Amino acid sequence: MTVYYTDEHEWISVEGDGATVGITDFAQGQLGDIVFVELPEAGRQVTKGGDAAVVESVKAASDVYAPVSGEVVEANQALGDDPSLVNTAPEGEGWFFKLRLSDPSELDGLMDAEAYRAFCEQQ
Amino acid sequence: MTDASAPEKTLPLDAWHRARGARMVPFAGYAMPIQYEGIIAEHRWTRESAGLFDVSHMGQLIIRGAEAEKALEALLPADLAILKEGRLRYSLLLTEEAGIIDDLMVTRRGDHFYMVVNGATKDGDIAHLESKLPHTVVVDHMKEQALLALQGPKAAATLARLVPGVEALGFMTGGAFQIGGVTAWISRSGYTGEDGFEISVPAAQAVAIADLLAEQPEVKPIGLGARDSLRLEAGLPLYGHDLDTGTTPVEADLGFAISKRRRSEGGFAGWHRISAELDNGLIRRRVGLFVEGRQPVREGAVVIDDEGNDVGKVTSGGFSPILEVPIAMAYVPVASSEPGSVVRLAQRGKIFQAKVAPMPFVPHRYHRKGGGQ
Repeated sequence: MTVYYTDEHEWISVEGDGATVGITDFAQGQLGDIVFVELPEAGRQVTKGGDAAVVESVKAASDVYAPVSGEVVEANQALGDDPSLVNTAPEGEGWFFKLRLSDPSELDGLMDAEAYRAFCEQQ
Repeated sequence: MTDASAPEKTLPLDAWHRARGARMVPFAGYAMPIQYEGIIAEHRWTRESAGLFDVSHMGQLIIRGAEAEKALEALLPADLAILKEGRLRYSLLLTEEAGIIDDLMVTRRGDHFYMVVNGATKDGDIAHLESKLPHTVVVDHMKEQALLALQGPKAAATLARLVPGVEALGFMTGGAFQIGGVTAWISRSGYTGEDGFEISVPAAQAVAIADLLAEQPEVKPIGLGARDSLRLEAGLPLYGHDLDTGTTPVEADLGFAISKRRRSEGGFAGWHRISAELDNGLIRRRVGLFVEGRQPVREGAVVIDDEGNDVGKVTSGGFSPILEVPIAMAYVPVASSEPGSVVRLAQRGKIFQAKVAPMPFVPHRYHRKGGGQ
């Protein structure tokens, strides 16, 4: 299992051609209290950089982009009952959706944990 | 005029906010704290205890001179003739067409009127006042005054510990008091729906007074984010969002701000339009909405009818931390403005059902004494 990060503050944990996507701890900290997450339905094709989800804080709505292309195989239903999981466990129970990757080579341009930490420090 | 490219100005408590971990954002031309520990926690703290707000961006004006009362009555729909010493009123600066230039609080204070106006509109308000008032009436912008608000069910007991006697003020009254050795103008008023106070102090002493208030165990500093969610729950409109020059007080459901005598006598900007609206009815009106589901519907969403026509707009929307449901304010056709009416909203290609709700969403807990205001 390898975890990658995007400059839009999403993480993607990859195992074979399957991947789990969420937003980073840095992102949830910037957004503040999350009150709703609009998730893609299973079966939907998402494209790298395209809209995949919407995360709503008390203050504002923010788009979440697909870090890579693929087919959504599962959305995290637990976020429907408790969207604050994104605040309390952004890189664990607060995951957004699972994907089947259509082009694993898209992972090449993403950051590893160390590069992402450096990226956040410049924000 | 506000220049979007101009650098943000700082307020007297800028460093104070930063030292307490505030996230600062540009607002009304100033760097201001949007939140400290989090909007929901700060919101609930204010409803349960006492929140300290820095609202020093607001304009504090003194209006004085021969016939100031009469001259102001030409611009505002308030009955200033019956406004007693130390009492304040919510009022509106209006265009000749009854558009709302700003909403404000006006207090009779000795030989002058003290007016608090919105931060983003204060320069325009001053220009408007100076162009409309006779030369015998002078507008003084008190740039050297900071403004703090202490709001919440524990605000009165907390402030009374520092300012003996302040608890005797009733809602919408004010007076001069000493706090921490500083003379302050304190009124029992606010923008959260809770009991509370607004405290005008010299900017040079603002840090000392903020420290004094914040070190009380009941008090935490509260950012603009919670200020917005609190006022939305309280059903209070926000200028520039729910009110603007294209909106009249009757449409905005602010008829209470048009005093009875003024309503019948007129003699203020916009009276003809207001009088016609009161007599003949309206096309649209500001209402509160409960939105179905959990997803908030925000400012800018469109109210649509069954055929998909655009018939109104959402002007404020968010998530109520107390009720834990999405709530909004919107202008809707009068035929759909009664509580219980169902309206449809469109946001980012998605349709939402909403129900017109009586406002406030969360009951006001003002400290009213005896015969009202």
